[in-house]
Amino acid sequence: MKKLKFLSALALSTALMAPAAVAEISVKIGVLNDRSGVYADLSGEGSVIAARMAVEDFDAEAKGITVEIISADHQNKPDVASNIARQWYDEDDVDVIADVPTSSAALAVNDITREKQGVFLVSGAATSDLTGSACSPYTVHWTYDTWALANGTGRAMVEVGGDSWFFLTADYAFGHALEADTSAVIEANGGTVVGSVRHPFPGQDFSSFLLQAQASGAKVIGLANAGGDTINSVKQAAEFGITQAGQALAGLLVFITDVHALGLETAQGLVLTESFYWDLNDDTRAWSDRFSEAAGGQKPTMVHAGVYGSVLHYLKAVEAAGTKESDAVMAMMKEMPTDDPLFGQGEIRVDGRKIHDMYLFEVKSPDESAGPWDYYKLLNTIPAANAWRPLEDGNCPLVQ
Amino acid sequence: MLFDLLGITPQALFGQLLLGLINGSFYALLSLGLAIIFGLLNIINFTHGAQYMLGAFCAWLLLHYFGLGYWWALILAPIIVGITGIIIERLLVSRLYHLDHLYGLLLTFGLALIMQGLLRNEFGISGLPYNIPSELSGGQNLGFMFLPNYRGWVVVASLIVCLATWYMIERTRLGAYLRAATENPTLVGAFGINVPRMITLTYGFGVALAAFAGVLAAPIYSVNPNMGADLIIVVFAVVVIGGMGSILGSILTGFGLGIIEGLTRVFYPEGSSVVIFVIMAIVLLVKPAGLFGRRA
Amino acid sequence: MSDTTDTSAIATPLAAKEGAGMPRHHAYIFLALLAFALIAPFLLYPVFLMKVLCFVLFACAFNLLLGYGGLLSFGHAAYFGSASYVAAHAAKVWGLTPELAIICGTGAAFVLGVLFGSLAIRRQGIYFAMVTLAFAQMVYFFALQAPFTGGEDGIQGVPRGDLFGVLSLQSDFALYFVVLAIVAAGILLIYRIIHSPFGQVLKAIRENEDRAISLGYRVNQYKLAVFVLSATLAGLAGGTKAMVFQLASLTDVHWSMSGEVVLMALLGGMGTVFGPIVGAVVIVTMQNYLATLGAWVTIIQGTIFVIAVLLFREGIVGVIGRWLKKPL
Repeated sequence: MKKLKFLSALALSTALMAPAAVAEISVKIGVLNDRSGVYADLSGEGSVIAARMAVEDFDAEAKGITVEIISADHQNKPDVASNIARQWYDEDDVDVIADVPTSSAALAVNDITREKQGVFLVSGAATSDLTGSACSPYTVHWTYDTWALANGTGRAMVEVGGDSWFFLTADYAFGHALEADTSAVIEANGGTVVGSVRHPFPGQDFSSFLLQAQASGAKVIGLANAGGDTINSVKQAAEFGITQAGQALAGLLVFITDVHALGLETAQGLVLTESFYWDLNDDTRAWSDRFSEAAGGQKPTMVHAGVYGSVLHYLKAVEAAGTKESDAVMAMMKEMPTDDPLFGQGEIRVDGRKIHDMYLFEVKSPDESAGPWDYYKLLNTIPAANAWRPLEDGNCPLVQ
Repeated sequence: MLFDLLGITPQALFGQLLLGLINGSFYALLSLGLAIIFGLLNIINFTHGAQYMLGAFCAWLLLHYFGLGYWWALILAPIIVGITGIIIERLLVSRLYHLDHLYGLLLTFGLALIMQGLLRNEFGISGLPYNIPSELSGGQNLGFMFLPNYRGWVVVASLIVCLATWYMIERTRLGAYLRAATENPTLVGAFGINVPRMITLTYGFGVALAAFAGVLAAPIYSVNPNMGADLIIVVFAVVVIGGMGSILGSILTGFGLGIIEGLTRVFYPEGSSVVIFVIMAIVLLVKPAGLFGRRA
Repeated sequence: MSDTTDTSAIATPLAAKEGAGMPRHHAYIFLALLAFALIAPFLLYPVFLMKVLCFVLFACAFNLLLGYGGLLSFGHAAYFGSASYVAAHAAKVWGLTPELAIICGTGAAFVLGVLFGSLAIRRQGIYFAMVTLAFAQMVYFFALQAPFTGGEDGIQGVPRGDLFGVLSLQSDFALYFVVLAIVAAGILLIYRIIHSPFGQVLKAIRENEDRAISLGYRVNQYKLAVFVLSATLAGLAGGTKAMVFQLASLTDVHWSMSGEVVLMALLGGMGTVFGPIVGAVVIVTMQNYLATLGAWVTIIQGTIFVIAVLLFREGIVGVIGRWLKKPL
């Protein structure tokens, strides 16, 4: 059913855009993400909706740019992602690939994009390597990264007294990176890391690891995992009375859809860093209402917002450059300041890092919440200047 | 002191052992069903993990559409899933009894893919929440750890069901027929016992055990179409280690391996997903019929 | 598979009655396949075709063990995947030329095959399958943990390099014909093995192991030999795949990969020469073109399993062979 709806919506959107007879440039955007797995809710079809909204808001047709959007499921596997990306560039004349959650898959697409000289707009993936050692002249990393998450949540927790940490780390590249980045932040701010345990990914039963975390006596248990693993860890921490006993949980990568799945009863008090929340201001609320309408009531995640922002900025750059040729467009994207209703004003650095404010949120208790999706209260805004890894620390070869 | 050597306090160790026992409860229930089915039908039921998942989904559906809570689900879900099992046995599995093991394995593997795929299409993969029944919320402070009441109940329920099943098969007349039919179906049939029906009911019962485990698991893990997908190979390894078809073997091995896995989580957490397979390889090479296997 | 009760070995429909040399209809089919393979890249996407070719070789290697050796391995991903990792590592880190990288990968699969095979062949039937599964899980664990494999990321950005240090493989066309040559050589080698005296003994063992022992054959040596050959050729397929996709990842060593190759052999026809080729083509094509349907791929695969087991255990090629009354 869902699939049918999606296909017809896709057909409709392309039909709407097709008849621009005056079109000078036709752009094909491929939204590549998880459509069936653990990250399907936070990216998935919502990212396609967001991309389509960007095309509408840009009013592409009137500006002589025809846009076609296609999508595919990479199942969170790097091999599937690289296959699809290669085929898209080689066979299907795709100009730009957007979203791509799961760090390993994004790194694979990053490589292919560099080789094929396409454009890669990352929203869903976390690894800060995309603008670090693996940085590419054809990649923009929009929404967030492991460094920013660690910096936001890690520092905030230490500042309020959570100065000893124990990590529950998903045993793969993303988890290791998140743990390493956060440890650095904690130690730089005078905290200590008393231990960590690496759990198989994906895991189901975290009780044993949580008990080890409890036995460590650390004040904060850092969850360096994502999606279902985070949901289960938080749930089981509540079940085993770990939060009640005084240890704080810090979800290093938590999306609003995770909080939705957990319910406020379990998730309340969780501190987390995001770059977008639907209820931030009038602009985000208006946009999110439109999104919700198209997405069957779901509120957008920061990944959806990032797809919107990056596609919008890309289209602006195509218009300004008067061509879709990748080098010219990338140069223009980095030259023009970014401006959109969701992330405000910002810029794209030479390493491909998009710069904007990050926000530190706390999950509301059930009493504080007015209803579904009213989940966060803003603790702190991390200004753009401090939110991201300094350019010179990333070891990006483009930075000389 | 031993505990100093291991670098772990006795409290923490007891806690981990108890957790291992809880996980072992699931292994025991699942491997028991698998062993019974293999013993009588000679079928390696690769659908078992999917049927465990169906049990959990059934509990969720009962709550969601009929407002029937946990305790109803604990009784109804195994019956419902058991009946689907009986239908599957009659329509599909029964055609394979005269063939090599491989075909039964492939058929049930295919069925598992279909079930998981259908539910994934319908419900997505994020998992559906299912709350712990209010009677069992909260927990006990045991001194060395905080034991949620529900987890305690899981161990008790699993032990009761496992022992009752063992008693029924090894100590009652019905069980005697079953065991006899395993050895020589023709002869038992000659005594006027309806062997095909017995086989069908056995399959249904084995499947019902899986669904029972699924309902037990629903409040602990999120109800998710893939919850049984990787579990099946682990449970299968448990059965092989215990000795294919051995009832008591599968129960003891289930609990035992749960504990071993729990200990691995303390000393080498990354290895907890592979330890069972290492044990399986060793056992198969040293004692091919499994630890409690009757046949060589 | 005959209609009568069969509890002995895996089905082998109409095992080829071979005399000296290749039966004429086999030669025709090989030529037709080759002709198609030569023009295909001008009609279809070459990378997709290369993927098909790699899986064709993998399925044929697997079928050598199952269909002719009568041994069901549930862990063939271990050889396919570890070769893929080693080849990728050799090309990327050691900077070897592609042919040497593939040889390294194949060599790794050979070593693993000898190691695991010599242990696994002591067991039979389902126990054999379980031992191979256990070993494969250990390889998976190793691939997840070892530093050089890159964990969840896999080894990415593997250079295709220059064949023998001179011929650039950057173009998909150039690489396609190299892959085609490798796969064709692999399949012909398998064909030779099946129809050699060694292959005859294998069939004798598969049909009746006790009889073969009483005839004085050292059964375990034959089993080990076919196991190692199969593992090595699976490794050849895996190493080649790493060069094509410039990537080695956990998917290659996961147990579902082992399941997939069983599906290919079953669907095409176990113990037939052309069955695994057909099976691999059908499955890979299906995955490729149905990928947009998400979970439906799983459902369709499951349905194929069920239908194949219930209705045509001989596989597609087995059924066709029976119609034509010629072993294929």
